[in-house]
Amino acid sequence: MPESYVPKEAMGHGDGGSAALAIGEAESLERRPGAAPPGAGPPGAPVGKPRSLWSDAWHDLCRNPVFVLSALVILFLVVIAIWPQLIATGNPYRADLAKAQQGSQPGHPFGFDTQGRDVYTRVVYGARASITVGVCATAGAALLGSLLGGLAGFFGGWGDTLLSRLADIFFGIPVILGGLVFLSMVTSTTVWPVVGFIVLLGWPQISRIARGSVVTAKQNDYVQAARALGAGNRRLLLRHIAPNAVAPVIVVATIALGTFIALEATLSYLGAGLKPPTVSWGIDISTASPYIRSAPHMLLWPAGALSITVLAFILLGDAVRDALDPKLR
Amino acid sequence: MTNEDARSAGAGTALLDVRDLRVEFRTRDGVAKAVNGVSYRVAPGQTLAVLGESGSGKSVTAQAVMGILDSPPGRVTGGEVVFQGRDLLTLRKDERRRVRGAKMAMIFQDALSALNPVLSVGAQLGEMFQVHEGMSRKDARGRAVELMERVGIPAARERVNDYPHQFSGGMRQRIMIAMALALGPDLIIADEPTTALDVTVQAQVMDLLAELQRELTMGLILITHDLGVVADVADTIAVMYAGRIVETAPVHQLYRAPAHPYTRGLLDSVPRLDQKGRRLYAIKGLPPSLTAIPPGCPFHPRCPLAQDICRTDPPPLYEAGPGRASACHFWKETLDGAR
Repeated sequence: MPESYVPKEAMGHGDGGSAALAIGEAESLERRPGAAPPGAGPPGAPVGKPRSLWSDAWHDLCRNPVFVLSALVILFLVVIAIWPQLIATGNPYRADLAKAQQGSQPGHPFGFDTQGRDVYTRVVYGARASITVGVCATAGAALLGSLLGGLAGFFGGWGDTLLSRLADIFFGIPVILGGLVFLSMVTSTTVWPVVGFIVLLGWPQISRIARGSVVTAKQNDYVQAARALGAGNRRLLLRHIAPNAVAPVIVVATIALGTFIALEATLSYLGAGLKPPTVSWGIDISTASPYIRSAPHMLLWPAGALSITVLAFILLGDAVRDALDPKLR
Repeated sequence: MTNEDARSAGAGTALLDVRDLRVEFRTRDGVAKAVNGVSYRVAPGQTLAVLGESGSGKSVTAQAVMGILDSPPGRVTGGEVVFQGRDLLTLRKDERRRVRGAKMAMIFQDALSALNPVLSVGAQLGEMFQVHEGMSRKDARGRAVELMERVGIPAARERVNDYPHQFSGGMRQRIMIAMALALGPDLIIADEPTTALDVTVQAQVMDLLAELQRELTMGLILITHDLGVVADVADTIAVMYAGRIVETAPVHQLYRAPAHPYTRGLLDSVPRLDQKGRRLYAIKGLPPSLTAIPPGCPFHPRCPLAQDICRTDPPPLYEAGPGRASACHFWKETLDGAR
């Protein structure tokens, strides 16, 4: 029996699989741009009608200009966070006090800061700290929050109650005050204490969302059906509940990424976040703020970069939410 | 009768022997007694139809038998579920899980919501073999195609990677049936398998189910509120009311002459072609709240035959002929009145 279906199945997967080579690349290439494949292809998947929730969402996103634009901005930011040398050849620490607070001039489009450092170079290098903090803090908070929230939602009982109250306690900590108190005790100049603090305050938000969507997904008939057919807890959670509960977590995490970056800048501005010599938009905004009337460019460029970054992530989150939640369409 | 007697009497013939099963739900409004001492038996190859209104406890009984009761708030508070000689309620969790799917399987009412929307049907069918038999993904996919062909899905090989929403209602229910049959279980519980379908498709799906059951000599518990569905397929009927079985009988005897006023009310409220123009009969009143089941016979507030004894003494299940039982003090009168 199996021998009889193998060749046909290989044909069905022809486009992606290695088996396609035997059939001939020309054929699969030829078929792709055409409308509905004539008879040979799977009848359930006409071109232009995506199949799963994810491919459907992806299809929607690619047609959403807000998503495309914000994704491009974010891609650009990530690239310059990794390789700032690509677009900034200068040294962000090189200070030329003679040029302090001077405005734009050839080779230095954004001017100089109060210590005579090139603002353009510093803005470019500042992306690294912001993106690192944003991505790492979001990854940490999403991982911790969805793990705890997901387990609490799935198993319920006293563990759930305990976790929910714990999350409430962390919710109750005022972010700025907490940051000033906790982070002022830290002497490290790396980004990790800030990342740790944001994870600590950020996970309850994710865990609430994760818990809620797991509780909702758990009540679906297909979860009970899978249980009735002998699936264990791990399989239920990973294969049946998680894929159906992950969408809201992704959305909230994307939006949170933007707010975490803003939070890092706020804490750095207040002197509790990142510390020199780390190059950070928040620190630069802070050092520039006394001179806002005499040399506004020192503040406006890093502030603009920060705003665009935060906005890009929030718009991305919005677009993803619209794509994943069919009810909002 | 002691438990030992019951077991020795039933072990030879019964595939499933539910004895005095009790299930409660703890809610904010108090304890809802959803199942109050239900007993039934299913022999291999036999079909038992469990008939009842919404809230009569028919689905909850099935969930307790399958071991998929939502707990909390649901809780089995008593009774036994003897399946192939073992009391399932005393099994360890993992032992019980091995029984589910492999030895007894369930078909749900609404296949669209009972199939995972993010997994292709082939993945869901194949999962059965991967979980229970440790089969490779590819072999499992092959078995999925065979199963889909077995339940009459056209172009199964091409459609195995389609998602549930791409199938019609009848096809989806066929896939549910295929999933239940996958591992060759000895007992299938079908919880209103045709309620969500068109009438024409209902008959096809029911026929398929009956045919497969005959072929594989499985026991089948058919939970339904549709008297029409039952008549052709079932061997025995158990009528449930307020978490109790009020009457059991071979199917044709029950249709010909019900021995419980409730069954009679149900039969009388079916529209009939030969009684055109008359007002349709309805059982007066509403089913009782499960948090406040009336004392005595739970049906007495709605019963046309109710006497004083019905308000105080809960009727036991009287034997009302060969293979028949009725939980009514006046079963004889009801039976005679029906003839």
